Amino acid sequence: MNHNYQKDISGCGLTGLINKKRRRVSGSEIVKSLCLMNDRGNGLGAGYAAYGIYPDMADFYAFHVMYDDPGMRHEVEDHLRGNYHVEKTEEIPTAPVKAIHISPLLMRYFVRPLKERLAGGIGSDDYVVNTVMRINSESGGAFVFSSGKNMGTFKGVGNPADIARFFRIEEYEGYIWTAHTRFPTNTPGWWGGAHPFALLDWSIVHNGEISSYGINKRYLEMYGYKLTLLTDTEAAAYMLDLLIRRHGITVKTACQALAAPFWKRIDAMPEAEKEALTALRQTYGSALLNGPFSILFGHAKGLVGINDRIKLRPLVAATHGAFTYMASEESAIREICPKPDKVWSPRAGEPVIAELE
Amino acid sequence: MFKSLAPPEYLATIDTVKCIRCKRCILNCGWGVYSWGGDKVLIATSKCVKCLRCYHYCPEEAIQIHDNPTRFKANACWGYNNIRNIKRQAESGGIPLTGMGSDLPYPILFDNLLIDACQVTNPSIDPLREPMELRTYLGKKPSSVSFVDDKDGHVRLKEKMPPQIKLSMPVMFSPMSFGSISLNAQKVLAIAAKECGIVMNTGEGGLHEDLFPYRENIIVQVASGRFGVNPDYLNAGVAVEIKIGQGAKPGIGGHLPGEKIPLEVARARMIPVGTDALSPAPQHDIYSIEDLRQLIYAIKEATNYKPVSVKIAAVHNVAAIASGIVRAGADIVYLDGFRGGTGAAPTIIRDHLGIPIEHAIAAVDDRLRQEGIRNEASIIAAGGIRSSADAAKAIALGADAVAIATTALITMGCTVCGKCYTGNCSWGITTQRPELTARLDPEVYAERLINLVHAWEHELKEILGALGINAIESLRGNRERLRGVGLDTQTLDILGVKPAGR
Repeated sequence: MNHNYQKDISGCGLTGLINKKRRRVSGSEIVKSLCLMNDRGNGLGAGYAAYGIYPDMADFYAFHVMYDDPGMRHEVEDHLRGNYHVEKTEEIPTAPVKAIHISPLLMRYFVRPLKERLAGGIGSDDYVVNTVMRINSESGGAFVFSSGKNMGTFKGVGNPADIARFFRIEEYEGYIWTAHTRFPTNTPGWWGGAHPFALLDWSIVHNGEISSYGINKRYLEMYGYKLTLLTDTEAAAYMLDLLIRRHGITVKTACQALAAPFWKRIDAMPEAEKEALTALRQTYGSALLNGPFSILFGHAKGLVGINDRIKLRPLVAATHGAFTYMASEESAIREICPKPDKVWSPRAGEPVIAELE
Repeated sequence: MFKSLAPPEYLATIDTVKCIRCKRCILNCGWGVYSWGGDKVLIATSKCVKCLRCYHYCPEEAIQIHDNPTRFKANACWGYNNIRNIKRQAESGGIPLTGMGSDLPYPILFDNLLIDACQVTNPSIDPLREPMELRTYLGKKPSSVSFVDDKDGHVRLKEKMPPQIKLSMPVMFSPMSFGSISLNAQKVLAIAAKECGIVMNTGEGGLHEDLFPYRENIIVQVASGRFGVNPDYLNAGVAVEIKIGQGAKPGIGGHLPGEKIPLEVARARMIPVGTDALSPAPQHDIYSIEDLRQLIYAIKEATNYKPVSVKIAAVHNVAAIASGIVRAGADIVYLDGFRGGTGAAPTIIRDHLGIPIEHAIAAVDDRLRQEGIRNEASIIAAGGIRSSADAAKAIALGADAVAIATTALITMGCTVCGKCYTGNCSWGITTQRPELTARLDPEVYAERLINLVHAWEHELKEILGALGINAIESLRGNRERLRGVGLDTQTLDILGVKPAGR
């Protein structure tokens, strides 16, 4: 356990949308929404996550890998070929953008773990997590920044419009989108450090600074997670992975661990619920994300928005027909949905959960 | 009689012009320093321990107690106390005893750690306007919990949690037995614990019946002498503690002399009046970790599975020992640093054995995490917690709660004179002499202790607020919010803390 790390701090703007009926919409919508909040970033990081973009490859894990050191490519690809069935290898399509002078080599692999590698009862999701952890913590120069099925993240150093043009975001169509513009205060910005942060089909965009990061990190390390990015977002993503995927807790209850209700409220609950929430806090005290945050997290079945327990960062939600929107600012929602059916400011710690039908 | 060649430590002086001959000093001194000489107070200054009882009770402020200015010739190697102790041993042939924690100038790492605060990028929180939670549960936690949704959509717990001790804040009173301290002093602790929603600990002295009403706020202790232990005693509190060792005297047993065993103490301890109460160095049914496991489970069986705490002194190999204790089934590991207090210990042991609590917390918390069993037990840290800042730093290093004893005694009048072992405490704390214990009114002094605990509660909330967090569990083990000043790289590495500026 290394304590000698420099944590990454940033402010941000975020936006997301979901169509519950799985109607796919072009990325241009979310780009438009995000670009309205340009002043929430400083051009040192932006990114997008989309679900439903690889319908023809939906059975394969889509690995998006960035190589700061192109020499690492052979090593990573050898590793993948040795352990995975690699259905397709390609460069992530990009377009030249004036403001982006330099970018890492960006590759995309559609893969499935080899059957013989899954011996001994390890699930394919766990196997993928191990691979991602290993490449990201050990390779130095290669970084897997997306690893889900039928979803992908696209991110880099630049402002939201440039990053969108660079990755040709408008050409993708998805039924869940999240996006993020970044305002780092202590780092020059690294492509891997931009949001969304993704692991398997979890993708997280996050605005805030988690003041409990130190213990959240050490808690996750006890369960084998390697926190290489040193961002709050990474901690939040692994926490959700641990609670929901590995411990089998529902999304709603996991949100109550991350932004726990106050004891005063728990004490006033009916006996059975009080007992359950008390146990949740006793057990997952180290998972409590304390400090200002608003988070959007996408997963294979939906989109969730959540605030810290005293709402120190903005989060607005709206619905319009089958669409649910969540963003840092109401204006970012109205930019792409001028007449929502309902607009509201979710209460502190109360998640907005929108699920696909 | 041969006059001792060990010079008196203190010079008690009375300004005879100011003195009105009221004789209160004579009445108040438990050590017999003062006597009446017909027209003035006589002073036997070699008996003085500088507890300042006389000073506080002199209505004319006529008394001054000075450190004896007469010293041996200054010598950087042969210090005053080195020479004085040799002379004392040459005269007595015995082991000089002492009370309280070590007063030698070992580094205190708490004083080399600074706590973070929020500026701009994350807001600080005002504890006067926003909720701030210090509630702490001690005990074994599962690594995960399962829930089911009932028909109304509410969550329900699938399996019951292991038993927990609920504390309103992460502070408790360390074990101090009836015998080592007076019953009135124990009552002060009990009243304050109940009022503050925390717990006290009986120490190895049994449980006096006057404390029965406070059983919701009491941990009962089982130590090597097994004094006062029976099934009712084991079930009398919220948890049972097995005491293996004490920070001030690791590896050393206890000896409460027969003179300090009047009827009440004898009854609580279930031994005859006036017999010496000897606690062996080890527990003679625990010579190994598997023996400990058997005792832990014997106690659990006898108490219908109340939490069991195991108290150890912080020694060099504390991390591995704590890991073994957790694997042996303990719900709580109580770590007592070498600066921890004592009612009586050989000075040589107190001052030279063990390790500081700061290192111990860090090493144990790290080890339990490496082994993936940190959730299996809570960690209590004790041994020189002097302020809420020390408490906050101990918690940030990885403790679930801290235990305080010396701090609590200071609220009762103690001045840390270190002469607890004599049984002459003029403040009525570490004595069984009825004329002295009567001075300590439990109701009156409990109020002072309650004040202290509440003051620390407010301070802890202010610290959390400055850190921008509103629950104590976000500070626990959050070493990222500590920085070291003036610590070497290796110490920082052991503490898992970055130097200031990084």
